[in-house]
Amino acid sequence: MGEQALSGLKVIELGEFVSAAYCTKMMADLGAEVIKVEAPDSGDESRRYGPFPNDIPHMEKSGLFLYLNSNKLGITLNIRTRTGRQILLELLKETDIVVENNPPRLMKDLAVDYAVLKEINPRLIMTSITAFGQTGPYKDYKGYDLNAQVNRALGSPYREPLTFQPLQGNYQGAINGAAVTMVALFSRDITGLGQHVDISESQCIASLHGGAAMATFEFTGLRVSRSGHRGQDIMWPYGIFPCKDGNFAIITLEFDHWKKFAKAMGNPGWATKPKYTSIYAMAEDADELEAHLIDWMIDHTKKEIAEICFENELPFQPVNNMKDLSESEQLKARNFFVEIDHPEVGTYPYPGAPAKLSKTPWRIDRHAPLLGEHNKTIYCNRLGYSREELVEMKKAGVI
Amino acid sequence: MSGLPLEGYRGVLLGRVWVAPVLSHLLANFGAEVIRVESMASLCPVRRFRPIHGDNPDPDLAMNFQSWNQCLLSAAADLTKPEALLLVKKLIAGSDIVIENYPPGKMAKYGLDYKSLCQIKPDIIYISLSAVGQNGPNRDLKTYGPSLGALTGLDSMLGYPDGEAAFEYCYTDPVGSVNGIFYVLAALRHRKKTGEGQYIDLAQAESTTCLMGDAIMEYFMTGRERGMKGNRNPYMAPHNLYPCKGEDRWASIAVKTENEWRSFCDAIGNPPWTKENRFSDKQNRIRNQEKLDEFVGRWTRNYTPYEVVDILQKAGVAASALLEEQEILSDPHCIHRKIFVEVDHPKLNGIPIYTQPWRFSDTQYKTGRAPMVGEHNDYVYGEILGLSKEEIQKLQDEKILH
Repeated sequence: MGEQALSGLKVIELGEFVSAAYCTKMMADLGAEVIKVEAPDSGDESRRYGPFPNDIPHMEKSGLFLYLNSNKLGITLNIRTRTGRQILLELLKETDIVVENNPPRLMKDLAVDYAVLKEINPRLIMTSITAFGQTGPYKDYKGYDLNAQVNRALGSPYREPLTFQPLQGNYQGAINGAAVTMVALFSRDITGLGQHVDISESQCIASLHGGAAMATFEFTGLRVSRSGHRGQDIMWPYGIFPCKDGNFAIITLEFDHWKKFAKAMGNPGWATKPKYTSIYAMAEDADELEAHLIDWMIDHTKKEIAEICFENELPFQPVNNMKDLSESEQLKARNFFVEIDHPEVGTYPYPGAPAKLSKTPWRIDRHAPLLGEHNKTIYCNRLGYSREELVEMKKAGVI
Repeated sequence: MSGLPLEGYRGVLLGRVWVAPVLSHLLANFGAEVIRVESMASLCPVRRFRPIHGDNPDPDLAMNFQSWNQCLLSAAADLTKPEALLLVKKLIAGSDIVIENYPPGKMAKYGLDYKSLCQIKPDIIYISLSAVGQNGPNRDLKTYGPSLGALTGLDSMLGYPDGEAAFEYCYTDPVGSVNGIFYVLAALRHRKKTGEGQYIDLAQAESTTCLMGDAIMEYFMTGRERGMKGNRNPYMAPHNLYPCKGEDRWASIAVKTENEWRSFCDAIGNPPWTKENRFSDKQNRIRNQEKLDEFVGRWTRNYTPYEVVDILQKAGVAASALLEEQEILSDPHCIHRKIFVEVDHPKLNGIPIYTQPWRFSDTQYKTGRAPMVGEHNDYVYGEILGLSKEEIQKLQDEKILH
């Protein structure tokens, strides 16, 4: 099999749930060797999260786990035991990158924090992904995905604020973690030394996603967060509106687009009043106009409206659900979904490449590991433990 | 302490608005020299976007432009003029990375597509960040950032359980930028090892759809749509944002384990409702979460968001205060981590821009304002490409480097 962009890189994942797992998946899909370390017996939390085929929970059949952990090797190790910790340190000696998403305090209590690890392997890059980061007054706060996302809320100004679902705080930590780890590799090429990389999920949301909202607010007082199903109140139509079989995003930045759309609707009187000379003028009657627009949309399907928009080159889009994605001709033409076979769960389509690289393509080589599937490979073949020692360690709850 | 990790690499940005400039500035923050090629003849719309400082629409003062173009250099070039195009190609021949986000096919019209540029720079790394990709029946689809989220699946899950949708503002843009950094640097690593450059075709919609993993697998495994669930989580309750003391103030609370539930009950003083059967275990709490949210809200209303967080975090319960625009600037944690900083600008007294959301134990990165249009013409066309001052002036006057 061909050389990939990250071939030769050795990665250890000490992760639970989504952020560390998707971060190392991005690396594994470009050829890095990723060893996922799971707790004996219980395994990664995502094994219990689901979704499961027919909704029957099973450790080896969680759709989330299988998606996030394809292409990885999997071992079990209890790093809370003395032997377990020793084995981890031994593994880390020959490792380029360790990605983890544990509470900073726990890493310190287990004596596997960066201060300890850099003594074992000065070239090691340690990427830590947490809700609030490794420094600052909230660093030891407990934070799940929901709690990490409160720097950029959505939803109605009259109801409880909403966060990006599903689990986007965790996924933000993951993609930022992967990007930054690459930066640290370039740094290591210069200095010869690894370092500790600190990803705060809440900060990723605040700056990269909320930065535009901040700038807008600072200089105009306008809020683009929590603006309901519409965007800013200064222009119309600009939002998500219901139609016959779902929702449709009608985002107008040019008045000409609205005129074309109104024409396609047959130029109804409510849409073409002379005073409507711009999308800003229309915003003054937004409530009334919206009622009329929805009256029309509710008689039309996403597909029908999408066809009108495509013909008229209008940048309005249907709100795709998962079924729409699975049937999308565009995604089919790009071979986006990939089928992966797994011994316990069988064959399913999975989301595929986030980007297509011409010379070193994204690739799936193996299904997600069964719990402890590669214990023998790693402990015996690589670290030199005997089969008997393996049995002993299993009995002692180390692996 | 060493130099910046991407020092010595040069990138050329042939892009506009959000996704490509942000990818470029993240590279520039780490020391890459990234040159924004732009023209007064077809200015980036963000240079005209609100918010713009003051009544005079000066393209150097648009605020989002400042954050999204940190540390870039600006070379003016009207690509419809052959002389300008030739100079830009010469510039790319001496560069490592090209970043573009124009509609598929547009770069080829200028001979600035990957295939053409390989002729003059065989090991170039070239990334295109389009809406839905470089091929396929919809590749020419017109989209803006705020409508692209609809295509990814994300918008079908943003909203309240009763179906009221929530508008999200261009989520796909920063997702594309951050994914882009990863793939560009991975490709650069490959080039370092093998000498081989390559083309990266990143569809913003696809890289965002990859973040819907569990919802997509749920559809494939059960045939079920996730749909709009508000803030609900299939395994946690309470799990929501709750109203606090004050006007429109909120705090998030998420309770997962039985231990956390007991700590939560203790922290709020074990009111009688916490003993009710309908909240006796996780299944019951999830089943009755509407009622549960009502009771929790009655407690949170007595405290400010920061008080709620303080009480609950001390008890080991996950909670955080909702920070809207104005609060982020005064939040002690955000201040400590310098999420927004003021930078100097020749036309203004200090402007706030966001910083890299990443912190390093060793690597440094630089922060700085965006360039003014054509600010670095002398450097780019003079020092890099060897034109004389007079030649540059002439090309500027003829509106070629403009």
